[in-house]
Amino acid sequence: MRKFLFRVSVLVLAISLVTPLLADNHESVLDKVKNRGKLVCGVHGGLPGFGFLGEDGKWSGFDADFGRAIAAAVLGDPDKVEFVPLDAAERFVALQTGEIDVLIRNTTWTLSRDAELSTDFAPPTFYDGQGFMVPKSLNIKSIKELGGATIGVTAGSTTELNLTDTMRSLGLEFKPISYADIDTLYNSYEAGRVNVVTSDKSQLVARRKDLKNPDDHVILDVTISKEPLGPLTIHGDNEWNDAVSWVVYATFFAEEHNITQENVKSFETDNPEIKRFLGESGEMGKKLGLPKDWAKQIIISVGNYGEIFERNLTPIGLPRGVNKPWTQGGLLYSMPFR
Amino acid sequence: MENIEITQEVKPPNTSKGPVKWLQNNLFNTWYNTILTCFALVFLFFVFKGVFSWVFIQAKWEVIPANFQILMIGPYPIEHVWRIWIVLWTLAVLLGLSAGIWKGLVLRISTAIAGVGLIFLLVPLDIVKNSEAEYATLEFNINIIYLIFFKRRWLLGCLALLVGTFFIGRNKNGLKKWIIGGWILSFPWTMIMLHGFGENTVSTTNWGGLLLTLLLAAVGIVACFPLGVLLALGRRSKLPAISWVSTIYIETVRGVPLLTILFMGSVILPLFMPGDFQLDKVIRAMVALTLFSAAYMAENVRGGLQAIPQGQVEAAQAVGLTYPKTTLFIVLPQALRAVIPAIVGQFIALFKDTALVFIVGLLELMGIAEGIVGGNPNWQGYHVEVYVLVAAIYFIFCYAMSYVSQKIEADLGVGKH
Repeated sequence: MRKFLFRVSVLVLAISLVTPLLADNHESVLDKVKNRGKLVCGVHGGLPGFGFLGEDGKWSGFDADFGRAIAAAVLGDPDKVEFVPLDAAERFVALQTGEIDVLIRNTTWTLSRDAELSTDFAPPTFYDGQGFMVPKSLNIKSIKELGGATIGVTAGSTTELNLTDTMRSLGLEFKPISYADIDTLYNSYEAGRVNVVTSDKSQLVARRKDLKNPDDHVILDVTISKEPLGPLTIHGDNEWNDAVSWVVYATFFAEEHNITQENVKSFETDNPEIKRFLGESGEMGKKLGLPKDWAKQIIISVGNYGEIFERNLTPIGLPRGVNKPWTQGGLLYSMPFR
Repeated sequence: MENIEITQEVKPPNTSKGPVKWLQNNLFNTWYNTILTCFALVFLFFVFKGVFSWVFIQAKWEVIPANFQILMIGPYPIEHVWRIWIVLWTLAVLLGLSAGIWKGLVLRISTAIAGVGLIFLLVPLDIVKNSEAEYATLEFNINIIYLIFFKRRWLLGCLALLVGTFFIGRNKNGLKKWIIGGWILSFPWTMIMLHGFGENTVSTTNWGGLLLTLLLAAVGIVACFPLGVLLALGRRSKLPAISWVSTIYIETVRGVPLLTILFMGSVILPLFMPGDFQLDKVIRAMVALTLFSAAYMAENVRGGLQAIPQGQVEAAQAVGLTYPKTTLFIVLPQALRAVIPAIVGQFIALFKDTALVFIVGLLELMGIAEGIVGGNPNWQGYHVEVYVLVAAIYFIFCYAMSYVSQKIEADLGVGKH
């Protein structure tokens, strides 16, 4: 009897170990999300304006709102999303292992990440770039005047490499000082141990607000690197990547055509493209595997791109910059809804 | 004339012990001590003045009531908060009954907990969502009836259960077995209750704040102890296979930083998992903390085992006790008693180590604190206030553990006989 029980338990163990290997892994994340009735979205655990836990225990920020937009499009409810705060190191692993469905965590689109990591990018939702902050009293206007300056930078980041590349190409002498900790970097800047601080502009803007006299510091009107930040999906799941991409385009499109959270329900138009966008004609949703009114749901839930931006990033002092519709000279360009 | 001198009263030696005398003897007995005392007083004055003015004047404490909810439970949905209260009620019942049956230390602990609970129940301060400020603030509310019977009804129930079950449990020694069983079952019950089942589950990614810290610490402490004892016995085993495996395990784990183990658990382990199979992130952290602490625990226990004279074992064998019986009833009780301070030290270290899991993206107390001051644009520059609160919370729990261990030592007469 004992032997029999032993054999049975070994068999059960073996089957339970092998079964997951045999399971069909080719189900699209889109179907998984629909079946689960819930989207799992990886975000930053604490980045002002982009992703943070609000006082009421709900996730807030620009990235979190795009997570809500995807949930609204796929499931018709912006609250059917669960946010997972992720560390920089584990974010890609979480995506590869399927722990999260989509990663919206300030991730720069680079060739290596696109090609080497098992990830696919959706259109960038925010174009960031590296800039410089200097005290007004130094009266510096352009990067060429930074020769001989002591420049503070965070250690081991692409920021450091970009700085060296730029200064070398301009033939300027400078003294970089690396800081492992961001807080120390800005404290040293305020104490005058470094003349200049360089980082992503979004960070400079957010940090300038916390300096003792924000008005005494200027952010130079130069951008020395491209940091396109956007959502990521797992490599090879085209159906899911399409859905996420078009959610992003939908927010662009709505701003281009002045469709807002307020007027979307009663928006009247003869424009056939807008009609297709709102789900009144055509079968845009069906083609993406989404409900007919998917785009409308996005706008009802979180508004168009401009509204998302103004709700989350304007309060922390970020200017729209290039993050404007192409019609206004920005980089946001929605592909046609056709 | 001589007689008069004799009858003169001889004063007793000056043994007065008034505070003035004490000061004279201890602080102002020589000129250099007087100078030192003066310096120390001036120094203390400035320290206290600084602390006082920071705590009561400079510090902007509004960050605490505004974020109180997430500091306690993280992103746990507020509409499911009753689950946490049910768990607390269960623990209150168990604690009340235990206090009634065992008295002594358990009773003292329960009294302390009830006292803290009572303070929270009666203090007429209320966290109110302030529509103007857009965040919650701490305000006086003298409507204490409303506070106790409405806003704090869950806490009231908790305290009522604790006190009620204490009176029920008094002298009911027959219940002992059931209570122990209840404590063992309380763990799975807690997990099931917090997670829920069916449609309305609260996934572990939403567990956070102090709730998660306490869960991680409790699981780690409860699980690492038996594992540590087994490893310690294993290392001393005469069977080479067991002894080798235990030794290798202990030395490997002790040779690796906890952070590395946590990273392995969160980054590398999932890559080895087959297909869609995912081990929950919180469970992974619990397992990592437990495995790590068990190695240290094993060495602490082994220290105790070595202190037991061989004669004890021989005597036990002479009266015909088997190995398990010798170990369980003769060796371990003495060995563990001898190393209580080391074991509790390990528990305290484990409790504080839970703060490291925020690095792998779990929002325990420290993670929440980081998120508030680093992420929420409303609360930039409130570092000190939030960190002071977090430090105070850690201190309270660690000191409580230390206090309990001292009492256990006193009850067992460690160091006396």
